[in-house]
Amino acid sequence: METLEFALEGRQSVPDFEAILVGVVGSGNLEVLVERGPDPTRCTYSIHTSAAGFGAIWAAVIQSFQARHQLGGVAVSINDMGATPAVVSLRLDQAAASIPRLA
Amino acid sequence: MERVWNSREISRAERLRRAALRLGAALVGKQVAADHVVELLGAVIESGDRVCLEGNNQKQADFLARALTRLDPAQIHDLHMVQSVLALPEHLDVFDQGIASRLDFSFSGPQSGRLAKMVAAGQIQIGAIHTYLELFSRYFVDLTPRVSLVCAQAADAQGNLFTGPNTEDTPAIVEATAFKGGIVIAQVNEMRGDLPRVDIPGDWVDFVVQAPTPNLIEPLFTRDPAAISEIQILMAMMAIKGIYAEYGVQRLNHGIGFDTAAIELILPTYGESLGLKGKICKHWALNPHPALIPAIEAGWVESIHSFGSELGMESYVRARPDVFFTGADGSLRSNRALCQAAGHYACDLFIGSTLQIDLNGHSSTATSDRIAGFGGAPNMGADARGRRHASPAWLRAGSEARQGRTGQHAMPRGQKLVVQMVETFREHMQPAFVERLDAWELAERAKMEIPPVMIYGDDLTHILTEEGIANLLLCRSDEDREQAIRGVAGFTPVGLARDHRLVENLRDRGVIRRAEDLGIDQRQASRSLLAARNMRDLVRASGGLYNPPKRFRNW
Repeated sequence: METLEFALEGRQSVPDFEAILVGVVGSGNLEVLVERGPDPTRCTYSIHTSAAGFGAIWAAVIQSFQARHQLGGVAVSINDMGATPAVVSLRLDQAAASIPRLA
Repeated sequence: MERVWNSREISRAERLRRAALRLGAALVGKQVAADHVVELLGAVIESGDRVCLEGNNQKQADFLARALTRLDPAQIHDLHMVQSVLALPEHLDVFDQGIASRLDFSFSGPQSGRLAKMVAAGQIQIGAIHTYLELFSRYFVDLTPRVSLVCAQAADAQGNLFTGPNTEDTPAIVEATAFKGGIVIAQVNEMRGDLPRVDIPGDWVDFVVQAPTPNLIEPLFTRDPAAISEIQILMAMMAIKGIYAEYGVQRLNHGIGFDTAAIELILPTYGESLGLKGKICKHWALNPHPALIPAIEAGWVESIHSFGSELGMESYVRARPDVFFTGADGSLRSNRALCQAAGHYACDLFIGSTLQIDLNGHSSTATSDRIAGFGGAPNMGADARGRRHASPAWLRAGSEARQGRTGQHAMPRGQKLVVQMVETFREHMQPAFVERLDAWELAERAKMEIPPVMIYGDDLTHILTEEGIANLLLCRSDEDREQAIRGVAGFTPVGLARDHRLVENLRDRGVIRRAEDLGIDQRQASRSLLAARNMRDLVRASGGLYNPPKRFRNW
């Protein structure tokens, strides 16, 4: 088990929304919980993963996701059971698609 | 001294005479009692002979393979084995025991690890690793078998053979052997007075043995839809919208993995929603894949010619003779050699998977400790240089490759679409994209003349990953090509080392297309798109005609 934390800047702050949960905790899969975060200029990521030693890939996946969506004021929690980066990106994009945006 | 022009004929007569002598009453006409099979082989095989053992992709002449391992290596040794697939332990035991020494083959799936060890230990000398069609071709040129050991469902007293749906390699093997002074021995599951149909005429067959147990056969093409992932569905959506619809692909071959099964299973749902029915996927060179049942039932498919059959699909095929090639008896007639030719010359697209792709687009399933071989993928996944007929998909691919080019490339000509569909990471986080193929290391270790490449980069037209599609036809330089590949390689080291500016430029040029560039909403990539979500759904879709093997009956 490994825990990774990231906080990245984001220009797109979002209005209040109900917490969003996508995915399931199962082998090769993950659960993504997206909630309102305290800092409107940042998005925080808290990752618990069963597969240790992939910090660099997680950083790349998270940076790429944040670059695409520029989320601010959002907190993302991930519970991972060895999902591939493909599955992680898909789940994150699925969650992001459900976040209401400021026009 | 005058040259003898019929030495093979003389040798053949001598071998047949020996067999008659040694077998005595155990030989009745062409029929040999099962408990005398080793004597039969000992009588007709001589040291140094080239022997073809029918080890197919699916059915196996397993009884004859076992008998071959029981020969006395003091009497018979240095056999040169030629066979398309090494599937059974016995296929390598003959080398372990000093009966055979040389091997020419195509594919070694289950035995690939042991084969690599035996080659390293000097127990096996490999002539070459072939594609199926290439090996069959050599049976008629410089690898003609002296003795062939084949497999059929039934025989009659005259030696006529009924293969049932899994005809597979038998016609090619028997023709090469019987018409060049060789000897053909068939193991059969039953002797019958009346055969449902004749697949191999009796005068091409010298001996038939009824095996004590039915021949082994593997359901290699059954994929349980329950195991298909959302990533595979996303990739399948991109294949249909970004390639099949784009080029209007009507004639194609699919590989055997879950990735292509996902495409088959979303044709009647996603494909239908795009209005593509009748516009793509009408004609197939394909085994009877259970995953294609929903598309067939929905009226997508006009014809399917098959390399082999698939266990459990017998009644379904029998009930759909407009779609499948069937005999007068109603059952499937397959033929690996002809279907490989059909896939090579008459299909506009091949889509399959691989273990590794390098920065030039070469792909390989070889790893440093396994000699797996190729099977049919290189015949399907190669431009047919001898093709001369046009089709819209072929012309479009050719014109993309030739656009703006001069000299000999200015001549209008089409090209086959060859697609590798891979997730950027395979299981255990093994990257599918590499700087250097393991095939190089294997070639060094096993002293091969060339690295075993499954599909060469110059034949590959598209790479499809969860990150998008790279259209290599539109690349105009080595740098284009490298960045196009890096640009769909995801978070693998190869993908992370991309030049972001060049990749965005390739995206602007349409060389790289992401799901959103194709108008695909990733949220739609869910298992609810599958026309069948499990084995039971496939049975239901077939109207109860599909009868899955026990191991797949999981409900």
